[in-house]
Order: sequence, then C-alpha cells, then structure tokens
Amino acid sequence: MTEFMRYISGYLTSDKTPGGAGNMFWACVYILLVFAGVSVGVICMNWLERKILAHMQVRLGPMRVGPHGLLQPFADALKLLLKEDIIPAEADLVIFWSAPFIVDLAAFTVFVVVPFGPTHAITDMNIGILFMLGVSSLSVLGIVMAGWASNSHYPLIGALRSSAQMVSYEVAMGLSVVSAILMTSMNDTGTGTLSMIGIVQQQLIQKEWFIFKFFPLGLIAFFIFAVAMVAETNRAPFDLAEAESELTAGFHTEYSGFRWSLFFLAEYGAMMAVSSIAVTLWLGGWLRPFPNLLAGTTWDQIFSYFPGVAFLLLGAICFYNVARMPKHPYFRIQTIGLAVFGVVLALVGLVLFIPAVSVRIQDIFWFSAKVAAFMYLYIWYRGTFPRYRFDQLMRMGWKVLLPLGLGVLILTAGVGLLQIRS
Amino acid sequence: MNPVAEPALATPFFFYLLSGLMLIGGILVITRKNAVHSALALIVTLLAQSAIYLMLYAPFVAGVQIILYAGGIMVLFLFVIMLVNIDRALKERQFNRQWLVGMAAATALGGLFIAVYARGKAIFPERILTTAEGNNTQRVADMLYGPYMFAFEIASLLLLVAIIGAVVMAKKRI
Amino acid sequence: MESLLHITTLHYLVLGAALFLLGVIGVLTRRNVVIVLMSIELILNAVNLNLIAFSRFWGGVHGQIFAIFVITDAAAEAAVGLGILIAFFRNKETVNVDEVNLLKW
Repeated sequence: MTEFMRYISGYLTSDKTPGGAGNMFWACVYILLVFAGVSVGVICMNWLERKILAHMQVRLGPMRVGPHGLLQPFADALKLLLKEDIIPAEADLVIFWSAPFIVDLAAFTVFVVVPFGPTHAITDMNIGILFMLGVSSLSVLGIVMAGWASNSHYPLIGALRSSAQMVSYEVAMGLSVVSAILMTSMNDTGTGTLSMIGIVQQQLIQKEWFIFKFFPLGLIAFFIFAVAMVAETNRAPFDLAEAESELTAGFHTEYSGFRWSLFFLAEYGAMMAVSSIAVTLWLGGWLRPFPNLLAGTTWDQIFSYFPGVAFLLLGAICFYNVARMPKHPYFRIQTIGLAVFGVVLALVGLVLFIPAVSVRIQDIFWFSAKVAAFMYLYIWYRGTFPRYRFDQLMRMGWKVLLPLGLGVLILTAGVGLLQIRS
Repeated sequence: MNPVAEPALATPFFFYLLSGLMLIGGILVITRKNAVHSALALIVTLLAQSAIYLMLYAPFVAGVQIILYAGGIMVLFLFVIMLVNIDRALKERQFNRQWLVGMAAATALGGLFIAVYARGKAIFPERILTTAEGNNTQRVADMLYGPYMFAFEIASLLLLVAIIGAVVMAKKRI
Repeated sequence: MESLLHITTLHYLVLGAALFLLGVIGVLTRRNVVIVLMSIELILNAVNLNLIAFSRFWGGVHGQIFAIFVITDAAAEAAVGLGILIAFFRNKETVNVDEVNLLKW
C-alpha cells in the first residue's frame, strides 16, 4: 500500500510529463482530465455558438431552457440520446457503425501531446507536431467511410467533397507548420525541435512569439494556418459539404441521434485540437502575454491575478443579468438559477486568488484562454462570411495558400540563414 | 561482433498484440469480397505497423507512415474504390483460376524464407543500442540532407513525374 | 518459452516475412485490381519492417532513410497504378485482372 502511495506521490515532485516519467497512473488521470475538459468545452461551445451567432444576427438565441438558455446543451444532449436510431437500408453496417468512432478517435488522440503547461501534457513525444498532423489526417478516413456506408447520394457527394477539401488544406497546413518549426532552430545551438513543449520553450528562449518573428513572415504563416484550419474542420465559410441549404447535411445526413452527436463531438474536438496547434506554434502556448516586454516579479504578480479576475468578471455579468431579469413569478426559478450560477463563478474566481492554486493554474489558464479566443473566432467567421463555392474553395487551397506557404517557407529559411551567418 | 545478451527490447505483450493485429489485417485484406473492407483492414495493418516502428525506436518513420500511408495513400485508394466500385463485381468470382499455382508459389517462397532464417540465425546482430533515442529526427535529417541528398532530389522528381502521370491518365480529355 | 518472450531481430523478420507472403498470395490469387494493388502495398510494408528492424539492430539510421524512400516510392506507384486503373475502367467497365486481355491471341 505504501509502495502504491509512493508511486503516486513520487510523480508530484518530478518535472516531466507523466509519459516522460513513465507513470501510468498519472497518465491515466491526465487523460481523464483532458477528456473531461474537452467534453465540457464542447458543451460550452454548443451554448456559446448559438448565443453568439444569435447576438451577431440581432436576436436573442435560446432563452427558455435555463436562465438565458444555459441548460440548452443538456436539453440537446438528452434529445439526441432519446432519438430513434435510423439506419438506412442496405447500409454497410460495420462501416456505418465504425465511422463516427474513427472521426472521434482522430479528434481526441491529438490531445495526447497538447501542452497545457511545461509539464502539463499527457506525454511529450519527440515527434509531437508530426504526430498531431498525422492523426488529424485520419479523420478524413472516417468521413469517407461515413459517406460511403450511408448508401445514399447526398452523403456520398458530401463525403467526397469534404474529404477532397480536407486533404487539400492539409498540404497548406503542413507547409505553414514547417515554417514555424524552422523558427525553432534560430537559437544558439542551431537545433530545432518537433516536440510541442520544446516549441513553446523555444519561444520563451528566443524571447519572441513566433507570430511576431521575422515580421511579417510569422504573421503570414499564422494566417495561412488560420485559414487552413477552418477549412480542415469543415467550418464556415468552408462548410459547403455540410451546409443545410446545399447538401441536406453532407456526410452525416443519414446519422441520427447518438451517432450524430458523436460527429458533433468530433467536429468541435477537432476545432479545439487545431486551435491548440495554432496556439502552441505561434501564440506562445502557455506563456502569459508580454513575457519579455513586461518582465519582472511585479508584472508576474499582476498577470497572476488574471484568472481570478476573469471569473469574478463572469460572476459580475451573471449578477447584472439577475438584476435585469423580469420581476414576474414565472421567472423566479430562472432568476434563482442564474444567481446560483453567478455565485459559483465568483467562488471559483476567489479560489483562483489563493497563491497555491494560482501558481498551478497559470499555464493552463493562459493556454485555455487563447484556445477560447480561437473558438470565438470560429463562431465569428460563421456569423460573418458567406459560403465559398466548392471550386473557389479548391482553387484557394491549391492556387493561393500552397504557393504562399512555399514562399513563406523559403523566405523564412533565407532570413534564418542570414541571421545565423551575421 | 560476438552476440551480446541484450535486455528485452520490446514488451512482448505489445509486440504480440501489434503483430497479431497486423497479420489479421493482412489476412482480411486478401480475403474480403468488398474492396472497401479490404482497404479498412489495410489501414488497421498500417497503423499497427506504425506502432511497431515506435517500438523499434524509429519515431520519425512512424509519424511519416501515419501521415503518408494511412492518411494519404489509403484515402486515395478509398476514393478510387468508390469511383470504380460496381455491384456486379461483388457477385463474381473473387479468386482467379490459377489460385492453386499461386498458393504453391507462395508456399515455396515461405519454405525459402524458413531455410534462410534457419541457416542464418547466428549472424543476426544483437548489438546494444549506443545512441540516444531523443534525436532520431535530427540524425535522419543529417543523413537525408547529407550523404543521401541526391536520392532525396531524385525522389522528389519521381513524385513530380507520378503526379503528372496520374493526372494525365485519369483525365477524360487530354 | 524463453525465446518467445525475449523479442529479438528474428521475431521482426519473421513478422515481415509473414506479411510478405500474405501480400504475394494476394497478388497472385485475387481478381480485383484494387485488391492486387493493396497487396503490393502489403509487400512494400513488409520490406519496410525488415529495413527498420535491421536499422535498429545495427544502430544507424540508414535503414530508416531507405524506408522513407520506399514509402515515397509506394505513394508514387499507388497514384500511377490507380490512374491506369481508372483509365482502363473507363474503357472496359470491369475491375478484374483477367479481363485485361485485349492483346490475347
């Protein structure tokens, strides 16, 4: 028994990830935490997307289910679980069943190497970024299988279009990622790294987030990746393959109930995964803003108050909306619910002020905040841009982003060489 | 070069699990009637093989295998299967007329393999790995852009020729 | 039993040989062209496994370099082979190898 306790507590003082330390118990704990975190993120994204899109379109969105629609995701999940499971006739059952799981597998396996902090990753593979690119390209297989197994023409066309689009934009993504990897080798020893934690540490060592490095090359590489990642996850404005007005629902037309919710989970999981790649490669990962411009312990202290302040702000917004609720007996439960939610948020904010908690939560907070900013960008794009036609989409992937990516890569290599020589 | 006793290189559990997956996948590839099922079995085989590469301390090739083979070539196969899949083919004979001769040839080849391995078992090296695992990518890069630079350029030219060839052959009107 | 639990080079070579044999059987006995092409991919993968097993045991990375080139080559060959298949399918409306007999006397 004490052996087991020593096994568990021995990891707490090490400075490596659980995979690096070979500690299976803590690796499983981290896996469960990441899985729970991504699932909570997907639930929040469901509510946020509907509310933010609604407010962008000058309407209110779901308001009825909970206070301001906060319980809407749970109602959606319940509905999807209780729906009838329809399988089309003469559908290939094995492939039909396994397609959503493959897409989910591809979306969630990426999180194995995502670094939430210097030791807060499930494992730190030497080929981290290569692994992420490879595994996220496996979701194309799931989509092709889903479209094929449905034995109906709308899903088949949708799947072929979706997969053609994803494969095209993977090339542009890969080139911009290579530019960022090239920037990791601009240090004293001239050695770059493919590991995700190593990339963020290089940004710390080189005192520059890669988005600002070799201005404007880092910025252009980041833009290429930002566009390619939206196309990769089949989101607006590149969602021709699954838009309701164009193709009923693309490759997941014939999926109902729980199976459709697996595709939904995979889509938002993939969105978070590619956002994590973008944050790690260009935006400094878990580093707080301005680590070099505003350096020093006082600035560290000020920035360490941000998590608590953020949650207190959210609690304050909740209380403000409680005050604005209509004073009618029908709204009593909703008012009380919103007040309780606000109190919970404020309590979390207060807990985050405690130094012991704040020190541990810093890295995870900044990483999650940056990924959340990307999620907001996704919703913003959906509310703003019109849809690309499919041939315009393919033209942009091959004729615009690919040459641009190659150009940025060559220029980055050239500028890097000049910098090393001088 | 005397054989040195080496600690177990791979957990036998993972090796047997992955090799079992690969062999089952391989058998499914050559026996399924539906070409899509064969393609999926091949994907399973390729992913298991990538994991075996990780066990053999070749992480870079494992990553390349996942990206290129499982995520690229197999998607190409699935696309083409969907383009040329005809229901009539599912009801026809699956194995050709000279399958017996084929099996005999394969058996002969298997016998040859067994003879070679039995004869040469003593010369397979059992050296202790002397280099660190951490910089495998860097060593591959040093080799690839150093001594094997010419082969690298030729390979890229080969890919260009293959792209042009595939596009020209699959076009309806040139 | 001891030789089964201690994984040596020979285990990987036997695995590679078994995959190679499966691929050869697939090439020689199947009628569907796509499955023949997939069996060829199996053969190439068996060769890759051999190369990397030996690269591990000799300590250098030469085997891994060769394996990368084999994967590149396999991609090019799969693309060209499938192009030929599509061109032929457009003319003859069949995917069976033994119906490619236009030059038969």
